[in-house]
Amino acid sequence: MRWLALGALLAVTATAPFWVWNPYHLHTLIMAGIFAVLALSLNLLLGYTGQLSLGHAAFFGIGAYATALLTVKLEWSPWLGLLAAVALPAAAGFVIGRLALKLRGAYFVLLTISFAGVISLISVNWTELTNGPPGLPGVPALEVALPGLPALSLRSKAAYYYLVLTAVGLADLLCLGLMRSRVGRALVALRENETLAESVGIDGTHYLVLAAVISAGMAGFAGGLYAHYTRYVSPEVFLFSYTVTMVIMVVAGGKGTLAGPIAGAVIFTVLPEALRAVTSWQWQMLAYGAFLIAVLYFMPRGIVPTLRDLGRRP
Amino acid sequence: MTARAALEVRDLGVRFGGVSALQGVSFAVSRGSVTSLIGPNGAGKTTAFNVITGFQRPSSGEVRHDGVHITGWRPHRIARRGLVRTFQKTSVFPALSVMENVLTGLHLRGKAGVAAAWLGRRRVREEERRLRGEALELMSFVGLDARRDDGAANLSYGDQRLLELAVALAAAPRLLLLDEPASGMTSAEKIALTRLIRKILEAGVTVFLVEHDMRLVMGISDRVLVLSYGRLIADGTAAEVQNDPEVIRAYLGAGARADA
Repeated sequence: MRWLALGALLAVTATAPFWVWNPYHLHTLIMAGIFAVLALSLNLLLGYTGQLSLGHAAFFGIGAYATALLTVKLEWSPWLGLLAAVALPAAAGFVIGRLALKLRGAYFVLLTISFAGVISLISVNWTELTNGPPGLPGVPALEVALPGLPALSLRSKAAYYYLVLTAVGLADLLCLGLMRSRVGRALVALRENETLAESVGIDGTHYLVLAAVISAGMAGFAGGLYAHYTRYVSPEVFLFSYTVTMVIMVVAGGKGTLAGPIAGAVIFTVLPEALRAVTSWQWQMLAYGAFLIAVLYFMPRGIVPTLRDLGRRP
Repeated sequence: MTARAALEVRDLGVRFGGVSALQGVSFAVSRGSVTSLIGPNGAGKTTAFNVITGFQRPSSGEVRHDGVHITGWRPHRIARRGLVRTFQKTSVFPALSVMENVLTGLHLRGKAGVAAAWLGRRRVREEERRLRGEALELMSFVGLDARRDDGAANLSYGDQRLLELAVALAAAPRLLLLDEPASGMTSAEKIALTRLIRKILEAGVTVFLVEHDMRLVMGISDRVLVLSYGRLIADGTAAEVQNDPEVIRAYLGAGARADA
């Protein structure tokens, strides 16, 4: 039964571009995929180590700007740009992680908020580099060039859908690999009882920095995918609401699980669009809020863990 | 200070503001023995443990483990040397199962890093299998093998204390510091604990104990150290310490019975 459901889900996701005719709907699914990578990245910190980053949009934005600047201004290959979209945010994650050496809990939250604020201000005011509020148009599309074949541009929504789907799968596999090893156990140990973790030889600082680096790199990767998809980057990528959306996806979907953040990303990307189709904007926000409260009230551990337990009981 | 000392503490002092929690404390714990640290509440026993295991920086003095200077080291680095402790207040990973608790304690016995977790799936799987085997051994050693899939938070108090012990043993200690392991245990559980400590000793682990249960302490200790108001007031065999007039005074003064 479980395998059947999983197989059906996989079949539906894998064939979506063939039966989702409306390009806007496909666009929504692509955004859901990008947010799924973001939610998985935030989940590494919030779900496993228990540290709340409220500056995650900064890593997303740094990734988007990194590849946009390198491909537009220096005409790098977009694939190298994507690589930089991982490396640069990961480096930023390292710095934040090191600064958080003695700062846990509320202080970590404040540190990440301030970091995101500073980066956002830079994107608006350092106009020589970032072109300020108008942003950077003309980010090139990704191309797949196999030897002997004409270059395949990932300009179509269907092609990009599959790229993003691969990215989500990869991000999920990376998280799965971590959680199935002692590295993942060390991260969870820090969330559960840091003193005890230290007393059995787990270097808290090392693993916290590690989680921050991987998480930031993953968020930056999502930013790079976003930049090459919309082909345009502006300071809007640093919006605080992006971070809040990520937190909602992780918490409502089920933090500390691998499927929860993905489910959360899909639900909370599709929901606003669905509401937009059926009602006026005043009611959209109200319905969104009511749904969120209902989820948190009836499923405090998140949608995925609750449903999983329901499926196990009979 | 003999070469056989597993732990040497010299002239240890800890001040919290104007208050001295420890003052000029010196002692040694010899390898392969059970040494107990006793004293009235607030005497500084847990503070001494905290300093030795790196959770508290001393204001003065030094700590040596197997001859190596470890004063001021961070706790995980001290644990890596084989100096492992338990805590006075029950301390487990509450949301994890018994099995996962012990597996987490086995951290130092595994090697996999991020690269292996992502690229060396087979090696990680083998390592996980080995660690699970070792976890099972530890769980049956403390007698929790039947409860391996239960959540740690759902265990009885006494079982949680046993789990703590298994987690500490998982870190492969050569010197094990137990902070009031019997507190809150029933007398049957205390007898089982005493037997367990003897088994740990037989496995070649030196045991250093803070404990209030005098029957347990006097029955098992090769040496007893007595702290009072942050100073070491006695250091000898159980019999010597029990008849020491200063020890009797310290306990009576603190409102406890010397022969308790």
